[in-house]
Amino acid sequence: MNRHLPRTFALFAGLSLVFLYAPILVLCSFSFNGGRLFHRWEGFSFAWYAKAIANEGFRDAAVNTLVVSTAATLLATVLATGAVIGLQRAGGRQQQFATALIGLPLVVPEVVMAIATLIFFSSLRNATGVDLGLGNLVVAHTAFCVPFAMMPIRAALRGVDPSVLTAATDLYASDTATRRHVLIPLLMPGIGSGAALAFMVSFDDFAMSQLVAGPGQTTLPVFIWAQLKRPLTPEINAMSTIMLVVSIALICLSMAVTARGKLTTR
Amino acid sequence: MAAIVNHRTSTAGSGLSLAAPAIVLAVVLGCIPLAFVVVYSLLTPASFGGVEWVASANAYRSLLFRKDLFSEELVFSPDHLMIFGRSVLLALATTVLCFAVGFPTAAYMASRSPRARKWWVLAITIPFWTSLLVRTLALMLIIGDQGLINGLLIRSGLINAPVAMLYTDFAVLLGLLYSFLPFMVLPLLSSLEKLDPRLLEAGADLYASRWRIALQIVLPNIRPGIAAGCLLVFVPALGSYVVPLILGGGRSMMAGDLIALQFGTSRNWPLGSAESVVLVLFVALAFALSNLVRRRAA
Repeated sequence: MNRHLPRTFALFAGLSLVFLYAPILVLCSFSFNGGRLFHRWEGFSFAWYAKAIANEGFRDAAVNTLVVSTAATLLATVLATGAVIGLQRAGGRQQQFATALIGLPLVVPEVVMAIATLIFFSSLRNATGVDLGLGNLVVAHTAFCVPFAMMPIRAALRGVDPSVLTAATDLYASDTATRRHVLIPLLMPGIGSGAALAFMVSFDDFAMSQLVAGPGQTTLPVFIWAQLKRPLTPEINAMSTIMLVVSIALICLSMAVTARGKLTTR
Repeated sequence: MAAIVNHRTSTAGSGLSLAAPAIVLAVVLGCIPLAFVVVYSLLTPASFGGVEWVASANAYRSLLFRKDLFSEELVFSPDHLMIFGRSVLLALATTVLCFAVGFPTAAYMASRSPRARKWWVLAITIPFWTSLLVRTLALMLIIGDQGLINGLLIRSGLINAPVAMLYTDFAVLLGLLYSFLPFMVLPLLSSLEKLDPRLLEAGADLYASRWRIALQIVLPNIRPGIAAGCLLVFVPALGSYVVPLILGGGRSMMAGDLIALQFGTSRNWPLGSAESVVLVLFVALAFALSNLVRRRAA
């Protein structure tokens, strides 16, 4: 392949990387800027981080985000594990239909999903008076996290040697026992990685949170966005960098879990 | 996978109950809310958001017409058409640009050793898992009037006033390319990895030029990857919300931020629902087209 590749392709690949990472790097570096400007470096400083962390709104949003994302991750991971194991033996058409149904949030534009959820919760409130408060956001996040959590779990299932399961059945293990003592432990790396994906997707969500969250339910991305209506300072860089660090730490965690899983199953 | 299916015992189907909670959630928070959108699009707006339960096709009518202030007659108004048209054009342009940048990138990645390729894939994937809002913000801080580029240009004396880049179609297009480039690179790469290098050798041995090899050997063989990549870029670009919201700033609107507007300041839920229905129809059309291409390739 190498021989036929024009030299410029390497240049394109390099430029793609620069294009993908330069804005992030600029954002992060100016979060340490001593001055107020986005284009003049005035010395290294943690001042904007101190300011961000002292900002009460930011802290409240961080707490909301942690509550919503943690709850949605736990729920979505359990549901996704159940769905993958449950659908494993379903017929082809059933499986396809259920997967498409659960995968709806991957296909429908996020803003449409968000206004649909807004309409749903508001009619629920009007008709029955039920309002789960922050629970509304948790349920909404869970729904779009499930298909993401399913991806690595499904991949892990493909790596499970079916003869192990047959062995368990041959030894008179019930279906439930096989699942609990054989299948789920084998799927654990996938489940862990699925949980990490679910957390990332929920943590980064903006559209759903912005449209569905009521007063006092602001999450971090929505809070950061609201800052755009004021004169901008690098405080917004500091807040954004904190978000990036959390996401990237989770990616590394998820990869470490997957890598370890591969080692132990080998 | 096939082997796992063989594991099916006499209790086949009993596992389905394990999938039930996820399916129920998908119905309650997916299908039912979407059905509500369709219903709401056929109702009358209440004055402070929400709806009156009076059936009306006004929402769909106002996609194309508006009431004249004095004569109360319906006059043609292209505002919606223009925003939907811009969304389609921007999404198409994004797809083309993503391919133009993504194909050489993917081809270069495919030519690396498997080890190096793994790192490249990781590098292309990481941005996808970080907040789109934050990344869009990063672009805004670079191309804004007080941003890095304008700041540097003014200080270097090349220009006196900032060049308006933010809140233009250019800004939105840049943001879309930035958001969705990985969605093009990865499916192209997975197709290119499967391409038999001997085909390229054969082409070269028969004195085919590089362009001919690209057009007559590579492209037809990676058609599934191209179809998947285009779909993965076009669909989210068409329904994009964060990018036009932040980089378009109400001046370069797309369908996504138009819809959100009806549920925010405009308080016209039926109109926003009707716009959503139209947007989803466009998405469905894109899926149908890509299916057609894939079936013809097979």
